[in-house]
Amino acid sequence: MKRIDAIKRIAEQLKDELAICNIGFPSRELYAVKDSPTHFYMLGSMGMSSSIGLGLALAQERKVVALDGDGSLLMNLGSLVTIYSQDPKNFILILLDNECYGSTGSQCTYASTVNLSLIAEAVGFKNTFQFKENLDLTHVLKAEGPVFVHVKVEQGNADVPVIDMEPEEIKERFMENINK
Amino acid sequence: MVSLPCINLGKIIEMVDCDPDIIHVPVTREEEGFGICAGAYLGGKKTAILMQNSGLGNSVNVLASLFKLYQIPIIMILSHRGTEGEFMSAQIPMGEATPGVLDALEIAYFLPETPDDACKVLSGAWLLSEMGGSPVAMLLEIGFW
Repeated sequence: MKRIDAIKRIAEQLKDELAICNIGFPSRELYAVKDSPTHFYMLGSMGMSSSIGLGLALAQERKVVALDGDGSLLMNLGSLVTIYSQDPKNFILILLDNECYGSTGSQCTYASTVNLSLIAEAVGFKNTFQFKENLDLTHVLKAEGPVFVHVKVEQGNADVPVIDMEPEEIKERFMENINK
Repeated sequence: MVSLPCINLGKIIEMVDCDPDIIHVPVTREEEGFGICAGAYLGGKKTAILMQNSGLGNSVNVLASLFKLYQIPIIMILSHRGTEGEFMSAQIPMGEATPGVLDALEIAYFLPETPDDACKVLSGAWLLSEMGGSPVAMLLEIGFW
């Protein structure tokens, strides 16, 4: 499965959930397949998707979905420990794992030798899901958080433009949606 | 409020942990703590981080490319080690670098000399942070304690 197809499937199945999307091509691909005021597109701060998602989940009641990458999660592995310990019932971490740093030229990550699902399970995550095809989130969205979802995707980026929104515009639209 | 420990912050962290009006999230590394605070702000909370200045170094990118970029406020309460009275030489290089790192990021900071001073400037510091769309720091030097 291509990453953009995985992102499209995820975006189609989200309704009222708030989504934090990882820096680089994943945000661009999400913006290209479906834009929504419930999306927060990261334009910097690699590694922070799971942490921003956790903070948002702890601060309010709506369900939060953080889209992370293998390279990004490896930069902030301690986040899994904090998420598990804080135990947010309304938080889903979706790892789009292409075993490489896709936005910087597809250099390999250690996700090709280490199974990141096993790390999440060893930390204590009880609800973990693995997908290679048929990305059906029905059970994921009903599961009690914190949930860890591991999606294996192909390497490569879609030919999509950069996001033509200002950072402040992304933030303010997102916060207005939460407060409405 | 997220926290990382410093011997000088021990009592404050205990008080934060006991306060039912504060969501306290101990974190594994400062950068992660900043990410959590950014998310909590998006969700409507006022946020702060309690940390030692030694962790400022691993937070420079998140401060620049998340907080500055999106104009997100936060109060950074830093135990400023390596200042006058420091007994551990290892703390001195980062202690000396700290104001310069904050200056480079254009993060304003207060230098309260006593706990009373800190209380007086705290609410103004949040207003400055929110209105200015930038983190604001409070440096608590060794002499503060």
